[in-house]
Amino acid sequence: MDRPATTAAETPEPSSGEDRRPRRELGVANAFSHGFLLLWSALTALPLLWMFLSSFKSDSEILSHPWGLPGALRFENWSRAWTEAHIGRYFLNSGVVVAGSLTLTMLLGATAAYVFARYEFRGRQAVYYLFVGGMMFPVFLALVPLFFVVRNAGLFGTWTGLMLVYAAYSLPFTVFFLTAFFRTLPTSIAEAALIDGCGHFRLFFRVMLPMARPGLISVAIFNFLSHWNQFILPQVLMQGDDSKWVLAQGLTALAVSQGYQGDFSGLFAGLTIATLPVLAVYVAFQRQIQTGLTAGQLK
Amino acid sequence: MRHGKYPLIITFLVPPLLLYGIFVLSPYLQAFQISTTNWLGYSAHADPVGMANFRTLWHDGQVWNAIKNNAIMLAVVPVLTIALGLFFATMLNMGGRKGRAGVTGVRGTAVYRMVYFFPQVLSVVIIALLWKEVYHPNNGLLNGALRALGLPAPTWLGDPRTAFWCVLAVMVWSNVGFYVVLFGAAMSAIPRDIYEAVMLDGASRWTTLRRVTVPLLWDTVQVAWIYLAIAALDGFILVQQMTNGGPNFSSDVIGLRMYETAFGSESKFGYASAIGVVMLFLTLSVAVLALRTGRRDRIEYS
Repeated sequence: MDRPATTAAETPEPSSGEDRRPRRELGVANAFSHGFLLLWSALTALPLLWMFLSSFKSDSEILSHPWGLPGALRFENWSRAWTEAHIGRYFLNSGVVVAGSLTLTMLLGATAAYVFARYEFRGRQAVYYLFVGGMMFPVFLALVPLFFVVRNAGLFGTWTGLMLVYAAYSLPFTVFFLTAFFRTLPTSIAEAALIDGCGHFRLFFRVMLPMARPGLISVAIFNFLSHWNQFILPQVLMQGDDSKWVLAQGLTALAVSQGYQGDFSGLFAGLTIATLPVLAVYVAFQRQIQTGLTAGQLK
Repeated sequence: MRHGKYPLIITFLVPPLLLYGIFVLSPYLQAFQISTTNWLGYSAHADPVGMANFRTLWHDGQVWNAIKNNAIMLAVVPVLTIALGLFFATMLNMGGRKGRAGVTGVRGTAVYRMVYFFPQVLSVVIIALLWKEVYHPNNGLLNGALRALGLPAPTWLGDPRTAFWCVLAVMVWSNVGFYVVLFGAAMSAIPRDIYEAVMLDGASRWTTLRRVTVPLLWDTVQVAWIYLAIAALDGFILVQQMTNGGPNFSSDVIGLRMYETAFGSESKFGYASAIGVVMLFLTLSVAVLALRTGRRDRIEYS
């Protein structure tokens, strides 16, 4: 499917004052549309803002005035979530796992996609469809056997296991996306390089990978978010030893213990700590993230 | 030039194939086999029982209850999300009709888009836990507002009549922004002069949306429908974290049923795999149905 290059926000030409009647009608319509747009913004932003503000409140403030502002900036809520609920540790764990799984996904995905896109060999179509077909299957179906595959490989409850499994389940989409991308790249440069005596491996790492950068970035953003937010796989494959948990598991555990202790402010602080870095990355790269994710769906 | 091609093909293709084969293909294939056994718990003992699991499943009221809830989600979530997504995308891309100068977006489009899209990058776990607090009967955001207005404060997630709909609302909430951006991107590919011509002919906004925009975006709407339908058949994380299927199974979904059957108190691996197989066929038939019924001629802009 085509990806548009133009943006919606084209500069409006100065309007002439000739058509007065439609303009007034449009004024009403504009107020109307702005009203709805603002309403949805409020619906989206309000819960998040509330979470942020509640992370500074005391528990009694949360209980008595859900809409009130915090009386003071109680950063002790944050430090309690960071140390006692180990959000800091889970954060690092998630970082380690995602760093490994993302590297693995991109390396294996790019090499496989490159072969599918650029080399002829017997059975290529069949292997390609075998790979890409994995996109259609719900992960639930694989959960039970996967649990035993990982356990028998001695990888149960390890980060290595999680990295390998995340990467394996991201491969179908990554290969699909990057194969299409490598096919769009011009062949002339590769041919010229081969004639000049450049080897096949050198050609890939020195010429093709740099050329495929935009596609690699899109799919890397997509995979980063899906690995970072992964919940079902660690829930099944990382049971037990809570020092190795990833962030999503830590947050659910925090929610459960908060339920017993009534530590609402700690929960809000934990959620806020988990949200802020994502928000920061999002605001910094929002253009790339939006195009990366939507291009990911429009295959 | 052909010389030396095979070393590369082998080194580049074998590691991903191995990883994929071990962790993706083999579990999927095993799942079909396990679904025809009575494998219980963590023992190595499993007898083949043929289609018995599927027969049990056919009469299992809890599974049907979960499927019913997924069916409601399937009927409501895609329609509502696509409608809201199209509505806001239209507003953002061509809400501001500036006289004859053409069709433009309203002011602040970029900011709106940024806010709307944000839930998409948040982990579903965070969304679920946050909304669980928003719906909290005593100190939640929602009931805080209702009390301030002097209205009755329902228990939301604690009430079997409302719990499911509360979860469904969060599902729509977290998805709309993504489709606003998706449809917005597709809309900006539609040539502006089409809209200018439509405007000169005096078409209303509603007619323009229904007769011009939606037909031109049909491919994108279809993709959106498939993704939302697949999402509606899942809903596991939201339901597990917000209500755990309750109260009294009123918000149960098929994914949670499978998870509980396999990793809950009983560890019925054979039966759980049978539920997984049913999920697969539901997902596949929904996708095929969406592709079949939605097929139209593709419009290409010259």
